[in-house]
Amino acid sequence: MRPEGEAEGLQTLGIVVVLCSSLKLLHYLGLIDLSDDKIEDELEMTMVCHRPEGLEQLEAQTNFTKRELQVLYRGFKNECPSGVVNEETFKQIYAQFFPHGDASMYAHYLFHAFDTTQTGSVKFEDFVTALSILLRGTVHEKLRWTFNLYDINKDGYINKEEMMDIVKAIYDMMGKYTYPVLKEDTPRQHVDVFFQKMDKNKDGIVTLDEFLESCQEDDNIMRSLQLFQNVM
Amino acid sequence: MAAGVAAWLPFARAAAIGWMPVANCPMPLAPADKSKRQDELIVLNVSGRRFQTWRTTLERYPDTLLGSTEKEFFFNEDTKEYFFDRDPEVFRCVLNFYRTGKLHYPRYECISAYDDELAFYGILPEIIGDCCYEEYKDRKRENAERLMDDNDSENNQESMPSLSFRQTMWRAFENPHTSTLALVFYYVTGFFIAVSVITNVVETVPCGTVPGSKELPCGERYSVAFFCLDTACVMIFTVEYLLRLFAAPSRYRFIRSVMSIIDVVAIMPYYIGLVMTNNEDVSGAFVTLRVFRVFRIFKFSRHSQGLRILGYTLKSCASELGFLLFSLTMAIIIFATVMFYAEKGSSASKFTSIPASFWYTIVTMTTLGYGDMVPKTIAGKIFGSICSLSGVLVIALPVPVIVSNFSRIYHQNQRADKRRAQKKARLARIRVAKTGSSNAYLHSKRNGLLTEALELMGTPEEEHMGKTTSLIESQHHHLLHCLEKTTGLSYLVDDPLLSVRTSTIKNHEFIDEQMFEQNCMESSMQNYPSTRSPSLSSHPGLTTTCCSRRSKKTTHLPNSNLPATRLRSMQELSTIHIQGSEQPSLTTRPLPTTSNESQGIQGKTKVKCHK
Repeated sequence: MRPEGEAEGLQTLGIVVVLCSSLKLLHYLGLIDLSDDKIEDELEMTMVCHRPEGLEQLEAQTNFTKRELQVLYRGFKNECPSGVVNEETFKQIYAQFFPHGDASMYAHYLFHAFDTTQTGSVKFEDFVTALSILLRGTVHEKLRWTFNLYDINKDGYINKEEMMDIVKAIYDMMGKYTYPVLKEDTPRQHVDVFFQKMDKNKDGIVTLDEFLESCQEDDNIMRSLQLFQNVM
Repeated sequence: MAAGVAAWLPFARAAAIGWMPVANCPMPLAPADKSKRQDELIVLNVSGRRFQTWRTTLERYPDTLLGSTEKEFFFNEDTKEYFFDRDPEVFRCVLNFYRTGKLHYPRYECISAYDDELAFYGILPEIIGDCCYEEYKDRKRENAERLMDDNDSENNQESMPSLSFRQTMWRAFENPHTSTLALVFYYVTGFFIAVSVITNVVETVPCGTVPGSKELPCGERYSVAFFCLDTACVMIFTVEYLLRLFAAPSRYRFIRSVMSIIDVVAIMPYYIGLVMTNNEDVSGAFVTLRVFRVFRIFKFSRHSQGLRILGYTLKSCASELGFLLFSLTMAIIIFATVMFYAEKGSSASKFTSIPASFWYTIVTMTTLGYGDMVPKTIAGKIFGSICSLSGVLVIALPVPVIVSNFSRIYHQNQRADKRRAQKKARLARIRVAKTGSSNAYLHSKRNGLLTEALELMGTPEEEHMGKTTSLIESQHHHLLHCLEKTTGLSYLVDDPLLSVRTSTIKNHEFIDEQMFEQNCMESSMQNYPSTRSPSLSSHPGLTTTCCSRRSKKTTHLPNSNLPATRLRSMQELSTIHIQGSEQPSLTTRPLPTTSNESQGIQGKTKVKCHK
């Protein structure tokens, strides 16, 4: 009984194997189609290609001259041929300037500051607008932009956690090998100093007005804001 | 920092404003952009093809030629562009490197040309992008191998007189073509290897029956003869091995090499047999040792290039062979198991155990199909057919890799041999061209002197004869002339006799003027050899004409003392003069002579010897 059962079982198994393999073979040959999900469609990535508005328009909207816009656009297009920057590329580009440390977190915050419409991609217009503010804008505009950068959740207030994140991101860019070695609580101390200076009513959050007022009182900050005036 | 993102530096600096409120201490001053230049287009003219790019693009890599001030050396004021007299195709790649930050290596480009261009522009080849780096490295390796090959064969052909006896012997062993003795040795050993192998084979052939006993193999019938042959061969092999051991530059390395192990294994059985003939128990083992005698056939690999290539290929394909072995083993085990269980039910099945099924699986997978074991059940037959189909695939897959490896190595070898064979002809042609050019020098020396003479004599209408050579040539020849004057020697082509004469004349003083003149006087200048060929190799009248121009020199340049160096130059001048006597331009007019007594020999040219 047993051996016959075994033999029969093996027989069935053999037939099943042959059937399956022949089906697979036919599928690979393309004669029949067994697959459910069309993976091939996914390969057609949407090649987004964004073209900026005209040069004159941009010149009117920003504080750059035509030549400066040309130079900026050439560099932009070189790195991002599709016309938009996504966060990954943004991080990569920014990381190239800080080879020793990890610039990804700060780049992340920067990206969200640039991406005013929160679409996940930065077009050339957004890029140039932000640059225009940072390089050629008034003190007020710069400070407002910086406040926007620090306000990670864009609720209009900076609290200690957001500031901690920002300061930690800045320290991360320095890397591990620094002198003196970065201690655990240095960022926290830094944030405390910041809040002492900025938080006028000591309620634990910094509003835009508090920020503007405190910065304008500080000479150092005022002077350093003018530092990058002639970068272009 | 990648140069491509240099354009984003303004952005990075602008973003630094985000740090400002956080900072506790004042910031350092920003560097002033002194040269506030607007970005300008510069034109790079490479062999006529104009490339244009922004200045800042080139300045991305300041340690290259184009990025530094070195390119100012190539600036052409008239056309306001940078002119490079180089290959425009490779320049395209170089310029793309500046633009994109990636250096590509085009496949159609010759590797050494590309390397030269990169070296010119100051770019390290290491920054070739990943996409092209493999190709570049492969080509570079091939080139290096070829150069090494050439060097090796060159070294082999050079005569190295200062070799010790041991070194000569080793060279003779390694390259049988170096001397006749080596060749003889090579063939003798080859012959004895063949004899030994054939002996071993014939020993086992049944040789006809001695009446009264069963059929004997030849080895036992003529045991004495075979023993003698074997002894002779082993003697030769032993002597050869010892000689090689003696001659080897590094004995330890030689002992460990494959060929020497084969040699030892080939001759060991004989000696062991000699030692152990008396011991009956071990003679059985001794008989098996004889099988090692077949290793003598491997000694042929020293004689055959193809065998060596095969061995090298197998060694280099070790991973593919390993993969083949492993996959085969896996498949064998799987199918053997399946077949065993499939055939377990059938009666009188030969598949008694899984190892027993291994034999069936191997025979089926390699499509041998002996038929001594066949499945009888349906399942067995199904799985058996699957087994044979998959066997074909599994074996066919790694084989092309091995084949292509073999083909590549074999062709490389063929190319090396071909190159060596063509080299002789190539070198001969190059030598002819070289002698042509050096003779051009001697020709033009004569012409040059002629021109000098003419100028001195104030006959300008013949000056055009001297202008047949280009400016560069004439300057080169002037240089060689100066060298001759400096060293007191002169250039000669292929004339051993004359070179002997010149080599004895080392100083500026020419010692035996008298004898020299006598020689000149003795032989007349009546017959000019009619050979037009510039080679002076077989010039009989050479010595006779050696001084024929000497007086010419004195007359032409009366203000100069006659240094003996001039004499030598005159020697060859005269010879060349003889050679060139057919040149109509120079023979049509008689050479001017001064008032010194001249025994002008009528003929194509006037030459004289004067005291």
